Amino acid sequence: MNLQYALGIAGLTLAVGIGTAAFAGPDEDKLVINDVIEMITEAPAPEHVKQLGTIYSGWRFRTDDTQALEADDFSNPAMLAVDAAAEAFSKVEGEAGKSCASCHEDVSKFKGLAPSMPKVVDGKVVVFEDMINSCRTNNMKAEAWKWNSDEMQGMVALIKNQSRGMPVNVTIDGDAKPFWEKGKEMYYTRYGQLELSCANCHEDNYGNMIRADHLSQGQINGFPTYRLKQAKLISVHNRFKGCIRDTRAETFKEGSDEFKALELYVASRGNGLSVETPAVRQ
Amino acid sequence: MKRATNVLAALSVCAASAAFAAPPAPGDVVYEDGAVAQSLTGAPGDPAAGKVLMNKGSGNCIACHAVSDLSELQFHGEIGPSLDGAADRWNEAQLRGIVANAKMTFPETMMPSFYKVDGFIRPGNAYTGKAPEGPLDPLLSAQQIEDVVAYLMTLKE
Ligand code: HEC
Ligand code: HEC
Repeated sequence: MNLQYALGIAGLTLAVGIGTAAFAGPDEDKLVINDVIEMITEAPAPEHVKQLGTIYSGWRFRTDDTQALEADDFSNPAMLAVDAAAEAFSKVEGEAGKSCASCHEDVSKFKGLAPSMPKVVDGKVVVFEDMINSCRTNNMKAEAWKWNSDEMQGMVALIKNQSRGMPVNVTIDGDAKPFWEKGKEMYYTRYGQLELSCANCHEDNYGNMIRADHLSQGQINGFPTYRLKQAKLISVHNRFKGCIRDTRAETFKEGSDEFKALELYVASRGNGLSVETPAVRQ
Repeated sequence: MKRATNVLAALSVCAASAAFAAPPAPGDVVYEDGAVAQSLTGAPGDPAAGKVLMNKGSGNCIACHAVSDLSELQFHGEIGPSLDGAADRWNEAQLRGIVANAKMTFPETMMPSFYKVDGFIRPGNAYTGKAPEGPLDPLLSAQQIEDVVAYLMTLKE
């Protein structure tokens, strides 16, 4: 840590001479959760995003203080929602008189599912929120949860947390291909009155400051993410919505076909990074 | 008699400003190699007002650019080049063109077009995320463009 600090200072001195670009980039910190689970926060870019060279978790772009919150479950504020979801998992709700546990026994059964999500089933992109609501409405005869509700995002986080540390490995060919292409097209579209694409900020400028924000690669391996600014778990689609809104654009809705395709595409840009759910961000 | 003179004076003011009465609509601005020779208001801008726009509102230039003259403000961006010495590198017409529509000078640039109202994909109603209710206003008015250009003209090294 001390050496890094010293290097940081050297970088700073240099930067004065050669311009701001010297600040660019992720830090060198390593993420080991609870001193046990070693996380892959840096990996060779998958073939389909070769232009990135290396992919990085958003964790590598955050301040030491924010990073520390995620490194230990006792300090991770998202764990409250995850614990609540663990209780909800065995709570009977709805007319069928069932809980999630009635069919799935233990939530640990879901270990290994998160890295492959979203996936295409019967010609549709399926994301966790869809799976959970389909169980609730069809199998439990209970009410669907709202996309951004604490219940929904807590349950998504609980299920993804079972795979924490495993590398993301989303399928992009076969049935997934047309959706992946659609998501890719969105990623490079310059939306809104500011005419900015995801790639403008997260591919061309990651590592750079945009006003007070240190731009990451906009990876979603840590979602749902606890956002300190909003003081709650936020969904992937909520984040997409915020980023598109900030280009002075008319956004898409959470749960829309557009955002599902974009989720599939963005997830695939992180193939090789550890599932980090629930991550903590500023 | 006194009243008559006032009326005359008022008339002559109107006549004088009539030549520049309305700023050109964004679509009517003439760019030559990216530069815009004519002031959009027919008058010099106010550098002090321009300085404020560098930080606030729809200008917010320092979201992407560092400017040493504004070092009392926190958090300058690193997306575009530092604007120190901008007036040594560009003349007034070129700076006006860059601020009004930077894509005329740097095709594909990430810098937004501040005097442009159409040709966008899914434009919104400011930062609400909703569809606009009517025609869009440019990000900066003609007067604000001139104010920002006047400020940039003070950035000499
Ligand atoms: C004007 C710049 C800008 C644009 C355009 C933009 N973003 Fe972002 N985005 C940000 C900033 C700033 C943050 C917060 C810092 C960070 O994590 O990069 C962010 C954060 C994110 C995050 C959270 C990353 C994490 O580690 O938690 C995701 C995911 C994301 N953006 C995806 C997208 C997608 C997808 C698009 C296009 C639909 C997009 N962004 C467009 C500026 C932008
Ligand atoms: C979203 C980012 C962004 C914003 C906001 C922005 N710019 Fe830029 N600007 C750029 C980039 C990137 C370039 C470099 C041009 C290129 O793409 O090659 C640039 C170039 C320039 C240049 C020429 C660079 C030089 O000095 O040689 C000037 C002058 C300039 N901008 C002024 C402004 C002013 C004034 C504002 C606000 C009214 C502004 N910019 C807002 C991104 C931005």
